Amino acid sequence: MKHFLLAAALILSAPAVMACETVTIGDLTIEHAWSKATIGAGRPGVFYVEITNAGSVDDALIGIATPAAGMPMLHETVVQDGIASMPHAMSIPVPAGQNVQLSPGGYHGMLMGLTTALKEGDSFPVTLSFEKAGEVTVNVDVLSLRAEGPDCADAGQ
Amino acid sequence: MLGVGAYRTRNLPTRSELLPLPIGEMTWTLTDHRGRSVRPADWAGRPVMVFFGFTWCPDVCPTTLSDISLWLEELGADADRMIVALISVDPERDTPDVLADYVSNFDQRILGLTGSADEVAQAAADFRATYRRVAKDAGDYTMDHTAGVFLFHPDGRFASIIDFHEDRRFAVPKIRRTLS
Repeated sequence: MKHFLLAAALILSAPAVMACETVTIGDLTIEHAWSKATIGAGRPGVFYVEITNAGSVDDALIGIATPAAGMPMLHETVVQDGIASMPHAMSIPVPAGQNVQLSPGGYHGMLMGLTTALKEGDSFPVTLSFEKAGEVTVNVDVLSLRAEGPDCADAGQ
Repeated sequence: MLGVGAYRTRNLPTRSELLPLPIGEMTWTLTDHRGRSVRPADWAGRPVMVFFGFTWCPDVCPTTLSDISLWLEELGADADRMIVALISVDPERDTPDVLADYVSNFDQRILGLTGSADEVAQAAADFRATYRRVAKDAGDYTMDHTAGVFLFHPDGRFASIIDFHEDRRFAVPKIRRTLS
């Protein structure tokens, strides 16, 4: 509970660095939640995040929900024989003791049916559903279309 | 790792018939994001970097264009003579105006190119690139497409491909080899 209160306080006071905030649920740590600005609401948005499973039990990310998009889905960018495709991912494994990244060029959330264009500097909540740990909501920073990730002091470790 | 495998496959001599044509042997005509007609002859004598993509693409395309922008920044004025172009594989939605809006987010040297369905098909054939429309829910669709970045020497000869998952440290030296 303390974590949530702390997180809520930070969200209200420091919106510019939310992507650098950490949220925990059970053995899972969720951090570096970010998205890219979109041109209009017609194009899909994207959702990236980092999940660390410090426990001894495998878990899996099985879905995402957000008021920012009517149809958020999990996808994986696959490049085979030089051709990029983006199949739907039914679930993203979060094995015990491992760190999983939804990041450019790999697993990502695809936010279809945006309710409004995502603008740099905005933020919106995304609820992640895990097979075992349950649901947890993180706030997502919208960075520029050119961004390669949030600029956190501990990022890229 | 798939990307690395694909990159190696592409460079095997047995696949050479699938390498892009020299720019001078290409026959496409496209329209840039300012509405101007562009032909391969317009690129004669200049190094060329081309990427196929589309503006509705949430992950691969902005990631590649961000990478290209960083490479161009690193190369600075050395790359000013280089032609750098995104060719849309989704001309139905990517009009010149849409492309103008899109490329304005990246390095100013990047051109957006589009055309009719036939014009884009000809360009893809000349570059030996492939793309495929994939239906999604509610009449929506996305595109599978060749993700590598094509490089050409100033005389139009194909130089190399920067694979999507290739280590970025190798990209700038590859580009540099086409600039001299």
